[in-house]
Amino acid sequence: MVWFTWPTDNLLCRCPGLSITVWLTLLFVLIIAPAVLGGFFNIHTLYVRTLLKIFEWTSLLMDKRAKNTNQHIHKPCLRGIIAKDPPLSLQQAIQGFGGSVSCQHSKPKFEMSDVFYFNQRGVESIVDDEFTKCFSAQELESWNLLTRSKYNFPPISLRLVVLWSLGLLIRYGLLLPLRVMLAVTGIGLFLILSTLVGFLPKIQLRSYLSERVHLMGYHFCIRSLTAIITYHDRENKPKNDGICVANHTTPIDVIILANDHGYSMVGQVHGGLLGMIQRAMIKSSPHIWFERAEVKDRHLVAQRLSDHVADKTKQPILVFPEGTCVNNSSVMMFRKGSFEIGCTVYPVAIKEGEDAIQFANRVKAAIAARAGLVDLTWDGGLKRAKVKDALKAEQQKLYSKVLLGEHKEQSDKLGEGGNPG
Amino acid sequence: MGSRASTLLREEEIEEIKKETGFSHSQITRLYSRFTSLDKGENGALSREDFQRIPELAINPLGDRIINAFFPEGEDQVNFRGFMRTLAHFRPIDDNEKKSAASSEPPLNSRANKLQFAFRMYDLDRDDKISRDELLQVLRMMVGVNISDDQLGSIADRTIQEADTSGDGCISFNEFMKVLENVDVEHKMSIRFLH
Repeated sequence: MVWFTWPTDNLLCRCPGLSITVWLTLLFVLIIAPAVLGGFFNIHTLYVRTLLKIFEWTSLLMDKRAKNTNQHIHKPCLRGIIAKDPPLSLQQAIQGFGGSVSCQHSKPKFEMSDVFYFNQRGVESIVDDEFTKCFSAQELESWNLLTRSKYNFPPISLRLVVLWSLGLLIRYGLLLPLRVMLAVTGIGLFLILSTLVGFLPKIQLRSYLSERVHLMGYHFCIRSLTAIITYHDRENKPKNDGICVANHTTPIDVIILANDHGYSMVGQVHGGLLGMIQRAMIKSSPHIWFERAEVKDRHLVAQRLSDHVADKTKQPILVFPEGTCVNNSSVMMFRKGSFEIGCTVYPVAIKEGEDAIQFANRVKAAIAARAGLVDLTWDGGLKRAKVKDALKAEQQKLYSKVLLGEHKEQSDKLGEGGNPG
Repeated sequence: MGSRASTLLREEEIEEIKKETGFSHSQITRLYSRFTSLDKGENGALSREDFQRIPELAINPLGDRIINAFFPEGEDQVNFRGFMRTLAHFRPIDDNEKKSAASSEPPLNSRANKLQFAFRMYDLDRDDKISRDELLQVLRMMVGVNISDDQLGSIADRTIQEADTSGDGCISFNEFMKVLENVDVEHKMSIRFLH
């Protein structure tokens, strides 16, 4: 019995051992080596393109089926719920266009219908306002074979179900362990190498090596997140004497930007794994980590930032002035702290899922408009705090002007025109 | 995977709301997702704080009055049906409405119902009359600190004088309608909902 079981045991032991070896070699050759050496591998682009074609096909299929069975399919509305007219001034809205009939009134003119304007604006903002939209997850245009929207897409045909289960298998069985392994390897390698580089004396080689190590770390993270990043306008890349500001859509923005060029980060000191990573990072290149108490001391922060910027050998700092994560649709008010330092500021725009032409047009428009203005005047911190009363008082002031202002305007006109009644 | 099945809208509910308010199927589903995004407590109903969280509404001088209009007498929560019923007042009046004249009640977005919504802005204690005090309070909300008490008082007096035909010192709903009979209520109290 012993000799009978032994070969099978041997075989059983060998199989997993063999497969693990094959797996690791494949992993190393295809992914780790290029990541370490800094090259990109185009398998991912191919994969994503295939996926997109599949999604198109499924949504066409679902549309056809829905028409046949007369079911209602939920289509996320990308244009908005209501059509808003271009905003009129308070005066025009309340009194209508073209002069009002009662020109010679010296008394303020109040109509009971004045409330209509405020009613309409109020209910419009209940149905659709710019601020709340910014913080809700965006809906996808079509089903991506994994429910992400709130509405369940019903299994419409056998082909779809098969495809869905195949997708499930590939995603969770094949891709997930692969990516997890990548992430773990990446972080581990990064921690080790970064500490090693930290031991070198302060010479040119050290900063070069540290940049390579950082980039390698980021390449790993990118691979494990399978992001496909396109960098536009690379000639505008920030140089060593300034601050780089960008809009903030997700916590992995940092990784996406850093993939291209080394930056110095600014942030609070954390504990745990992130803290370990932070400490490793600081050994090989100068990042700015604050203790919680220090963040509140604005002068201290500003001082440290200016010191860093003044040193030309240090990398540009990366800052997200919005102060909070916003979804992919708008840009919130920038906090002024990073602009007070008085150095060159390099703006960067991050946008998910768009093709090159759309992006280029938008960036051009954004840069033209950005000369002092921002797209939204709402402070992202309103997510947690109440609106200032001063804003409401402004609206009240405007209305009062409309109530009283009419006869004042008319008396001005009379003065100019010269021909009283 | 992120779907909150317990708060999904059932088809029967959508049909009922459609009949009652006149919104289309897709409008109702979109307004439902708007309702859930405002409902931070995720309990299927909105409270006054949920509304006040909208910055554009918070700076509206009549913001509190508008929020009040959504809540029935004495209640602190409004569910989706109530929400839709109030929003229905702002649907534009279109020709389709004439077809469903068979129903006994006028549709929620009829001219009379729109005017009733505006009337309730003024009528703070819901006694179907606008008293001088109530009018003063609403005026004060709209102008803030920029107009003196005396001036505001004289505005209120003049308005009541012009509107009050019965001579009781208050404006009833019929008198209110008479004052506004030449105003284009249909456009001023409508929001264009996209299909």
